[in-house]
Amino acid sequence: MPPRIAVVVYPGTNCEHDVVRAMERLGASADLVWHGTSSLAGYDAAVLPGGFAHGDYLRPGALARFSPVTAAVAELAAAGGPVVGICNGFQVLTEAGLLPGALQKNRGLRFICETVDVEVSSGDSVLTAGIAPGTRLRIPINHFEGNYTCDHETLAGLRAEDRVIARYVDDVNGSTDRIAGICNPGRNVVGLMPHPERASDPLLGSEDGNALLGAFLGAATRVSGGSSPAGGPAR
Amino acid sequence: MRRVSGDDVDPGAAGPSRGFDALVEVRLRPGIADPEGATIERALPALGFTGITGVRAGKSFRFHLDAPDEETASAEAASVADRLLANPVIEECAVTVAPSPAGRARTPT
Repeated sequence: MPPRIAVVVYPGTNCEHDVVRAMERLGASADLVWHGTSSLAGYDAAVLPGGFAHGDYLRPGALARFSPVTAAVAELAAAGGPVVGICNGFQVLTEAGLLPGALQKNRGLRFICETVDVEVSSGDSVLTAGIAPGTRLRIPINHFEGNYTCDHETLAGLRAEDRVIARYVDDVNGSTDRIAGICNPGRNVVGLMPHPERASDPLLGSEDGNALLGAFLGAATRVSGGSSPAGGPAR
Repeated sequence: MRRVSGDDVDPGAAGPSRGFDALVEVRLRPGIADPEGATIERALPALGFTGITGVRAGKSFRFHLDAPDEETASAEAASVADRLLANPVIEECAVTVAPSPAGRARTPT
């Protein structure tokens, strides 16, 4: 049975259909789950897609923490379920306290929408399992607040525990240590600013995102106890 | 029917709870890059303002709250600021609480 993926939709989320389509192309079963839902029972993993949850009012992600589904995502994460927040989803995960640090405005105060080179820096997370560190992927970014920041102790901890999972090859937005993605200590909750679902089809100019999404589905499959879906990583 | 005259409209003394106005100013922590403030600072010379430095952008929030006393009101406003209005990773805030002017409506309309 293919893994069941919950694709969380807050008011203002706008990348959910792209994520569902990319997941389904890789053999997963993906459902849109409205933010008022308070249980993710029956789902193996959750994706928090990009967009502007709750209009980005106050701060990006700040109000999404109060949506019932966010508590359900936290429960899934605590049980070891794979969770990935993409772009605005990453911002939600930091505001909800599931990942450390914060995403502040890009250096230069510019909204950046372009395809960039991202280097996988750890293969030990639900989004990068099986991908050799140093692997470069062409993936679009699309953000205004993508400049990852945290205090020195947090950064030292992330490095020491190999929890920076991806870095920008070039310093695109001022991110501390060129961080593009990190994971939690359990390595099952990942935040990533670039959009792998926008690099999931030859028509989009790059299929490099499928390596990440495939790894994520592989992790979801292992959680569900099922067999690896078609297109997912054979492990 | 309750009779209201000018003399007995005094929310500050009417009951166990009094009205307070809170002002929360949120700004980026020192050392956190503030591209918005920097952009504003760079624009000022175009208007003839020279010698202005140290521009920092921020947000302010105003709200009204009822509490038994000013100390309780300040603690509650500070809690609102810390738990929601500011992200302590990158922001700090200043909270000011003062008794509402007597006669002011407790709920903004």
